[in-house]
Amino acid sequence: MDALDLARWQFGITTVYHFLFVPLTIGLSVIVAGLQTAWYRTGRHEYLRATKFFGKLFLINFAMGVVTGIVQEFQFGMNWSEYSRFVGDVFGAPLAMEALLAFFLESTFIGLWIFGWDKLPRKVHLACIWAAAIGTNLSAYFILAANAWMRHPVGFTQNPETGRAQLTSIWAVLGNPQAWSTYLHVIAAAFITAGMFVAAVSAFKLWRDRPRGDDAPAGGERELFRKTLRVGMLVTLLSGLLVVYSGDHQAKLAAAYEPMKLAAAEALWETEDGAAFSTFAVGDTEERLNHVDITVPHVLSFLATGEASGTVEGMNDLQAKYEEAYGPGNYIPNVFVLYWSFRLMIGLGLFGVAVSALGLWLTRNRRLPGNRWFYYAAIAGLPATLAANLLGWIMTEMGRQPWTVHGELLTAASVSPGVSLGEVALSLSLFTAIYGVLAVVEAGLLWRYVKAGPAHLVPDRGDGADAEDADTPVPAFVY
Amino acid sequence: MELPVIWFIAIAVLWIGYFVLEGFDFGVGTLLPVIGKDNTDRRVMINAIGPVWDGNEVWLITAGGAMFAAFPAWYASLFSGFYLPLLLILLALIVRGVAFEYRGKIDTDRWRAWWDRAIVFGSALPAFLWGVAFANIVRGVAMDADHIVTAGLLDLLSPYALLGGLTTLSLFTLHGAVFLTLKTGGAVRARARTAVTATAFAAVPAGAAFLIWTQLAYGAPWTLPFAAVAAIAPVLGALLAVQGKEGWSFTTTALAIGAAAITLFGSLYPDVLPSTTDPAYSLTVANASSAPYTLTVMTWVAVVFLPIVIAYQAWSYWVFRKRITREHIEPTPAYGDGGSDAGTAATGPVPLPRGTG
Ligand code: HDD
Ligand code: HEM
Ligand code: HEM
Repeated sequence: MDALDLARWQFGITTVYHFLFVPLTIGLSVIVAGLQTAWYRTGRHEYLRATKFFGKLFLINFAMGVVTGIVQEFQFGMNWSEYSRFVGDVFGAPLAMEALLAFFLESTFIGLWIFGWDKLPRKVHLACIWAAAIGTNLSAYFILAANAWMRHPVGFTQNPETGRAQLTSIWAVLGNPQAWSTYLHVIAAAFITAGMFVAAVSAFKLWRDRPRGDDAPAGGERELFRKTLRVGMLVTLLSGLLVVYSGDHQAKLAAAYEPMKLAAAEALWETEDGAAFSTFAVGDTEERLNHVDITVPHVLSFLATGEASGTVEGMNDLQAKYEEAYGPGNYIPNVFVLYWSFRLMIGLGLFGVAVSALGLWLTRNRRLPGNRWFYYAAIAGLPATLAANLLGWIMTEMGRQPWTVHGELLTAASVSPGVSLGEVALSLSLFTAIYGVLAVVEAGLLWRYVKAGPAHLVPDRGDGADAEDADTPVPAFVY
Repeated sequence: MELPVIWFIAIAVLWIGYFVLEGFDFGVGTLLPVIGKDNTDRRVMINAIGPVWDGNEVWLITAGGAMFAAFPAWYASLFSGFYLPLLLILLALIVRGVAFEYRGKIDTDRWRAWWDRAIVFGSALPAFLWGVAFANIVRGVAMDADHIVTAGLLDLLSPYALLGGLTTLSLFTLHGAVFLTLKTGGAVRARARTAVTATAFAAVPAGAAFLIWTQLAYGAPWTLPFAAVAAIAPVLGALLAVQGKEGWSFTTTALAIGAAAITLFGSLYPDVLPSTTDPAYSLTVANASSAPYTLTVMTWVAVVFLPIVIAYQAWSYWVFRKRITREHIEPTPAYGDGGSDAGTAATGPVPLPRGTG
């Protein structure tokens, strides 16, 4: 282990951890804004309760996204100073724009939303949650444009004097096809996850408080969660269509810009025409071949090129090509991790989508299935889609190895030379420890608030006198 | 004026925004156990900064992002060179941010006590360390020809740097106390007023000594008036607060922080990180900056968006302009996390039961 390895672990751990909260923030902000809009439009009390209930869960999650993000902002300088020196000219711009255009918007208006219930006119207060949601969804674009540039660097030249990257076109960087494609894919994945979160919470409440024996069913709350269950599942299903579309596009871009990543994700050693999509392979990365490979013919070629008989380059040929272009070295990323993270991302993510499609069917016409498996599946969908998000990133980032900036800068050349092994070890252990503790705290809080339900936030007044009740100001000194 | 100089100024502006705004958040957090005698008092204090602290913190994130974009070499050398102090700051900001949001979520004294500690630690530590860091930036650090900082942790803890830390800690605490006199009412406000006098006794001498030292050792002729304003303003601020002119007092302490930051950045210029190993190795505005194109792009973005940001942040301060008192703190707030000194209102929302989960 040297400082480089630890720095990589640290970046991986802190970023993956950050991304545990990010998809929920991205999706839930919009869902909560949608629920509040429904309340604003109809004045129906149940929408207010849904807004407050999911809004509370959203805020518990949001806090974690914010504090883990601060670490990300400074980590490039701390652990990756040579990287920062090399790319700052290009990469810093979207990062600064993210803060100026998006983070300010989102943090200021979230404050206004949390504390403004009794201080702002209803319309303005509603606008605040939308402003925060827009800020959050905007922030993702800038950071993803920065990340996309590392995978497909555009709009720059390398200054011959300093050896550093130098921006030549900000529009090329922001309009990078890889950025747009990634944005669609990540946002879609985020909405899948957030939709699944709403569905899972609703399913849990419905199953836990199901009417048993002669007990009268707890009317208002069941009706509320039946609705939010369907809202969550609808969001997941619709985003599922977008995730498949954009995922297909991501694969095509990977074939064009980072063929090694795609080949590794497919465990494709030799170049093939009409390549098959592998569903299960046992390979040998020393020998550079697969022992077992169960495949679906032509699908990979179609995924990568749009034609069933298109050519997909294999790792062995690419390795030879790269050695010629960049000198000797190992240009093959970790095939095992890439291969399985790719499959698990698709499998686990689409599991959530499938559950949602099925769930929407089963709950049509105000129905609620009595079978427990339905509820279990909906609850399992949440960890599955969260894992799919993380695995997608693990594939993306590990597949870029050994580069930090594809074809331009090696990871080994990116690390801070002045930072010692001990320092990275210390920061890695402290971050991991504190993140571990906070994960337990956050999960515990979410659990508590889910179990307590909306009743402790806004009392159940039953439907009826809604319209006037809804106008009663809600005190908001919440801290 | 040349673009790198403009961006040096822009970055100074962002840091000033950060220190002036987050400065009082840090002060309020540091004073939490001193002024907040019971849970309701503490909630008054935390709710006074509740709506704005996150927006204030984004000034830091923007300053960091802008340094990355406009002076990559500065960003790289500084944050890798000041690794351990920055690590501590980040850890502090993590626990502080989470504490605001989570403190009220479970209704037990033990739970709140933990988060109170996180708020105090998470406020006082960065308030101190930012002063240490900026003193070191002005003073310069051991740095080689490749701009790699070779100074160790102990080198960063020179008397000058420690005095810098003391200055920011005491000045921010004063600023926070003044903020509380302005934004709260009743007992909290009365105690905050006492705290203003007490903290002024620390902030005034520490600040004066630090600024005189800075001016004599590193200052430029034009920074002298700023150093003088920064040294004198806290005295004035304390006097105004005692007389009940809280708005003016707050303006004055904000001015002190701004003037002190200008003195520091002015003393630094034209370097951005001087090398004590060999002045030739120093990072300067000229040799650390990005190319003109990036700076032009960034200038446009800043010119268009920074005024918008300032406008809506100002509006949010205006929305929350009213003083907060104990009466505003719901015994069982609508969000369901009542204080321990809370009675359960019969008609109010049902409080979150203890021990759920
Ligand atoms: C719910 C989550 C989810 C689901 C169901 C999918 N993905 Fe995905 N995928 C992600 C979540 C994700 C992600 C976490 O958001 C990633 C990581 C980086 C990125 O761009 O999105 C990702 C990356 C990613 C990449 C790597 C891009 C690159 O490194 O350049 C490819 C090729 C795909 N995806 C392709 C697909 C395909 C073909 C899918 C389904 C048919 C699919 N993804 C479903
Ligand atoms: C939020 C989603 C992201 C996740 C989950 C993620 C995940 C990872 C992981 C797992 C690694 C370790 C890879 C390895 O060392 O083999 C890594 C490395 C890295 N990633 Fe990402 N990443 C994300 C976003 C980004 C973004 C947006 C950027 C840039 C803006 C970025 C830049 C880097 C850098 C500089 C490294 C360190 C060098 C390296 O080891 O590759 N990552 N990331
Ligand atoms: C490694 C690169 C990353 C950096 C430097 C970074 C930076 C940050 C920072 C500083 C914050 C806190 C903002 C605040 O205080 O309000 C944050 C939060 C957030 N980031 Fe990241 N982030 C990274 C990766 C990502 C990715 C890949 C995405 C989305 C696809 C993302 C989306 C968000 C969202 C939605 C939040 C929470 C809400 C918000 O504050 O906007 N981040 N990030």
